[in-house]
Amino acid sequence: MALLLIAEHTQNTLTPGTLATLTAAQSFSMPIHMVLFGKDCQKVAEKARSFKNVKKVLKVENPLLEHMVAEVATPTLMELAKDYDYILASSSTYGKNLLPRLAALLNVAQISDVVEIQGKDIFLRPIYAGNALAMVKSEDAIKILTIRATAFEKALPDLSKAAIETYAFKPPMGAVSTFVKMEESRSERPELTAASTVVSGGRGFQSKEKFALLEELADVLGAAIGASRAAVDAGFVPNDFQVGQTGKIVAPDLYIAIGISGAIQHLAGMKDSKVIVAINKDPEAPIFQVADYGLVGDLFVLLPELITKAKEILRRNKEKQ
Amino acid sequence: MKVLVTIKRVIDYSVKVRVKRDGSGIDFSGVKMSLNPFDEIAVEEAIRQKEKGKASEIVVVSIGEKDCQETLRAALALGADRAIHVKTSLETQPLGVAKVLKVLVEREKPELVILGKQAIDDDCNQTGQMLSALLNWPQGTFVSKLEVMKDKIRVVREVDGGLETLDMPLPAIVTTDLRLNEPRYATLPNIMKAKQKPLEEISAISLNVDLTPHLKTLHVKEPPKRKAGVKVKTVDELLDKLQKEAKVF
Ligand SMILES: Cc1cc2nc3c(=O)[nH]c(=O)nc-3n(C[C@H](O)[C@H](O)[C@H](O)COP(=O)(O)OP(=O)(O)OC[C@H]3O[C@@H](n4cnc5c(N)ncnc54)[C@H](O)[C@@H]3O)c2cc1C
Repeated sequence: MALLLIAEHTQNTLTPGTLATLTAAQSFSMPIHMVLFGKDCQKVAEKARSFKNVKKVLKVENPLLEHMVAEVATPTLMELAKDYDYILASSSTYGKNLLPRLAALLNVAQISDVVEIQGKDIFLRPIYAGNALAMVKSEDAIKILTIRATAFEKALPDLSKAAIETYAFKPPMGAVSTFVKMEESRSERPELTAASTVVSGGRGFQSKEKFALLEELADVLGAAIGASRAAVDAGFVPNDFQVGQTGKIVAPDLYIAIGISGAIQHLAGMKDSKVIVAINKDPEAPIFQVADYGLVGDLFVLLPELITKAKEILRRNKEKQ
Repeated sequence: MKVLVTIKRVIDYSVKVRVKRDGSGIDFSGVKMSLNPFDEIAVEEAIRQKEKGKASEIVVVSIGEKDCQETLRAALALGADRAIHVKTSLETQPLGVAKVLKVLVEREKPELVILGKQAIDDDCNQTGQMLSALLNWPQGTFVSKLEVMKDKIRVVREVDGGLETLDMPLPAIVTTDLRLNEPRYATLPNIMKAKQKPLEEISAISLNVDLTPHLKTLHVKEPPKRKAGVKVKTVDELLDKLQKEAKVF
């Protein structure tokens, strides 16, 4: 019995989602083989080798793999897949794009967004935007799972040194997509899904210019910035800031929702946060039903005050140390 | 270019779903059903391509019980030309659906298949990718921009790190994301006209596809409820609580 983990990485490091997937993988108590796709994976392979239960790191290297195109990686993965009982990846856009292809070609189901592993073939997963949790049993010999990163701790490295091997790239047959370009939304801030504090803004901000106010708060708190769909649709922030059922799932220690009404689809992405704060001028806004602390009022008045006072507190805390 | 669009009938996105008391599933009684929002975006995209002169015919397909036909009519009212209902009483899961779609694609020979990136009931986000793999066609998932060029399409994908552009030879599979377009509303005359448009019913059995679910749902429960919080009156009070109670500061 062995488990294959398809690791998403940045050439240098494994993504936080992959580290959470590793924790999920470790709970099966079986040897884990990690496969890394890319142009050059040596650096990240050096890091990937030092985790509990990881027995082998497989590098699949080819210039064609510099940017992951699902069709291009599929034949190699199919070669590999035959030898495993479990195949896991993070439920990121990377994993979601790739794993269902394997499942279809292996004629097995995929279990998406697993939040709990309850047995060797029984898993818990959210449905209906997280308004229900389904306990499902897989009837297949090979289990293919995508793992919801917020449901598992990020694995910490240990002193082990698994073997690093090269695995041959198998080129695709037939027509495939070609990568043209990537417009990265660069940011100096923490990554949204890994940040311990997230400040999120919604339609209440009215414009892109005024949304900048939220950046000030993020700077003070060292937070990542999130947004509702309405804020993304209105162009206040890029697409990958969207939190929710169909955006990113976050569960930080502190989530501050400002000018966000709290639609089911938004709540789906943040309701597992440890502490939730909401600022909204409508006392009936549904966001208050999940908020630990709700502040009713005009964000354009309250936010500047919050920024000034939070700055002051943090300055004083620093002096005390 | 012929376009095939897939349709799923789901509980309307605005409904707060209820779990049945015995934990056997979701309570569907008296609940409003609608066209899955991502499929609506898929239909809209096909219509826009037709209006631009890029698409010739739009065929919509749904797999499920008889009442799927109502949802197919909704898609016809938006502007699709023809509908196919593959009838089954089995629970539809992505793998089985992808297999049915493969058979239909081989029969209908579209050059482009547009699917929603996920259905808002099971939130699986699998079917498009599975169909692409089974057909060995290129896939563009989570698409927020689609441009039909001479013998290829160019798509922009919403991925975790930003926006990725791909060129895809045809025939191809595309799955829609929210920002691809804003679907129109069906007008009353179009709703009337839709009643006359062709809707073919096929039994899933006649397609010789194995639709047996591979996943068995043992139990459905509600997620743990968050305990009700408090309203604070001032920013000072908020900061005080965040420091002393929540200790996140
Ligand atoms: C298929 C589908 C998927 C979706 N996926 C997502 C998703 O992943 N994520 C997501 O977020 N949404 C998603 N949505 C959209 C969701 O249903 C809501 O429309 C959206 O979350 C609303 O965003 P909002 O709260 O910013 O805007 P609104 O609902 O318009 O709320 C704005 C809020 O700001 C408050 N406000 C206004 N002015 C001020 C002020 N001066 N001071 C204080 N408060 C103010 C208002 O009281 C209001 O509560 C999805 C919808 C569909 C159909």
